Amino acid sequence: MSETLHINWTRCDGRGLCTELLPAVLGRDDWGYPVIRHPGNGDGTNAAIGPDDARAARDAVKLCPKLALSLQAWAEIQ
Amino acid sequence: MTHMTSQMPVPAQHLVPSGNNRLFAAGSRATLACHEQAYGPLPLHGIDGNFVGVLEQSGLTGRGGAAFASWRKFSATGQGRRGALLQGRPVVIANGAEGEPLSFKDKTLLIHAPHLVLDGLLVAARSVSASSLYVYTTAVAMPAVEAAIAERLDARRIQVIEAPETFVSGQASAVVNAIGGGNALPLDNRRRLSESGLKGRPTLVLNVETLAHVALIARYGAHWFRSAGSDRDPGTRLVSVSGRGADQILEVAGDEGLGSVLAHAGIDLPGVQAVLVGGYHGRWVKPLDYRLTPSGQAGQSVRPGAGVLHVLSTGQCGLEATAWIVEYLAGQSAKQCGPCMFGLPAMSKVLAAIAGGDRDPQLVGELERLGNLVARRGACHHPDGTLQLIHSALEIFAEDVRAHLTGNCTRMSGRPS
Amino acid sequence: MDSALWALGRASGIVSLAMFTVTVLLGIVNRSGRPLPAVPRFSVALIHRNISLLATLFLLMHIGSLMLDSYAKLNLVDVFVPFLGSFKPFWQGLGTVAFDLLVAMVLTGLLRHRLGQRTFRAVHWFAYAMWPIALAHSIGNGTNGTERWFLALAAGSFVAVGGALAWRLSLNFLENAKTRQRSLS
Repeated sequence: MSETLHINWTRCDGRGLCTELLPAVLGRDDWGYPVIRHPGNGDGTNAAIGPDDARAARDAVKLCPKLALSLQAWAEIQ
Repeated sequence: MTHMTSQMPVPAQHLVPSGNNRLFAAGSRATLACHEQAYGPLPLHGIDGNFVGVLEQSGLTGRGGAAFASWRKFSATGQGRRGALLQGRPVVIANGAEGEPLSFKDKTLLIHAPHLVLDGLLVAARSVSASSLYVYTTAVAMPAVEAAIAERLDARRIQVIEAPETFVSGQASAVVNAIGGGNALPLDNRRRLSESGLKGRPTLVLNVETLAHVALIARYGAHWFRSAGSDRDPGTRLVSVSGRGADQILEVAGDEGLGSVLAHAGIDLPGVQAVLVGGYHGRWVKPLDYRLTPSGQAGQSVRPGAGVLHVLSTGQCGLEATAWIVEYLAGQSAKQCGPCMFGLPAMSKVLAAIAGGDRDPQLVGELERLGNLVARRGACHHPDGTLQLIHSALEIFAEDVRAHLTGNCTRMSGRPS
Repeated sequence: MDSALWALGRASGIVSLAMFTVTVLLGIVNRSGRPLPAVPRFSVALIHRNISLLATLFLLMHIGSLMLDSYAKLNLVDVFVPFLGSFKPFWQGLGTVAFDLLVAMVLTGLLRHRLGQRTFRAVHWFAYAMWPIALAHSIGNGTNGTERWFLALAAGSFVAVGGALAWRLSLNFLENAKTRQRSLS
């Protein structure tokens, strides 16, 4: 089952741990905030996480210094 | 179409408003007596969960900007309550924050027809079995609302909360945040407010004009509501007209032609260069043969948003006007979300450079690049609304952009007054 | 047996103190938002956490061995309530205070996602009290506390943490969006 990584922009400070852990999913913008590399439907806030990245995504959620990330099942936001 | 300028219509003597004069049929600063004389008593006891069906038939859409089908909001709030056992009873909030500087229809409505809004709030609360009711509005409309509440017994449980005069204060999650005791700043939108809003309770946030229409639908039914406007955009809507001549509020039929609305407002059409429709988060359009409706095809119709029509005269520079608005919007960022906090000022700077005569041909490309960094990366609609405005300006004022990049713009500053 | 427990108590105390020193240093690097050479940010965060937990383990060994030791005879009250001990109650009490602060930090650290960032941060400030208190305890209470090699180690740690703290308080300590914005414009 595929999952979605949700970025809570009100908390995110662009500290960059998530972009290190998920380099294929997230890049950084001019100010260091995560940019979803391949946004589905232009959604810049919820990134699709494939099975290969699931573990790294979980680590990113755990380690985010601002608690700005959460994982949810893809169906929840549809 | 009805004017709401200095001259107010005389209170109507009949109980069913006809034509497009619906919301102000009780006259200026309507008291409870005038209100009931114009509209008749509110049949509140007949309202229950089935009212959602009536709303669906009416086709009413939200008048706060997003034009979401009102019945769907009601229905989602009712379901949110059934979903969880321990969840509190729903909350209904009449949103009259109107942070948009060019909009004044909600304040006008609350000042002149507060009872209609209170009626709508009571109807909405009853149909979703809500236990907490709020009116959220800016200082200027508070006295009228509080006086109206004091006039009637059935409105005693309604609480009035003051909204700050900021652009994002009326965003639905900011409303919930403000009433919940926090700041009037938007919240992360992972969960819908209809599931978990104020204190975790299902929360229905409705624009005050939407509620006024709800009050009339509860009285006269869906069929009556649909007797104005068109099939795809039934009913009437309030518009705030500004830019050329005196600012004014009009009540117009749904799906009305933009040119005909402006003509009715007494604006000479040949002097109009373009119109900003929907306010600072809206878009520039010209020519004027657009229909004003949320549900038409792009190219033939334009979404009215919260009903703002701001006219730009032929002599004014649309690029400068837009640059000024974007600078304002960048300053109104809640500064919670990075892409908005940094992206909007960056875009504002580039746009100001183009408007100010910087001839660097890469500026437009830079604006596009920054736009992609801002798009859909925030907790609320603020960055995306701002982007929409910028995109429409680049499209509508394409010639002016070229003129600026070659140093040939001859228009005057179009800063909105 | 007793001398073995005594030696274990001393050694584990010294090891845990050294590891807490490293933890504090890594915590400050972590807070700066910067990576270390060849160590990405998330690794700094992970190493900070893992060393702190390992240090906690050594600290539990330190306390446990001294509870079993017939000479020190620590009891459960001494472990949690400071300044009631029979031997050097003040210096031993400092160790107890440091331990209490650590327990709060470990619990809030492990429950960070439940408690929220604000509570976690507020409690995590305890680190700046806990570390010097623990150092004072080791010098005042430790059998080797006033020996030259230990004092040299303590002084070195003190200089390292002090330097890191000075950096922490300097203006360009944080690397976040605001500082990046400054470098852009």
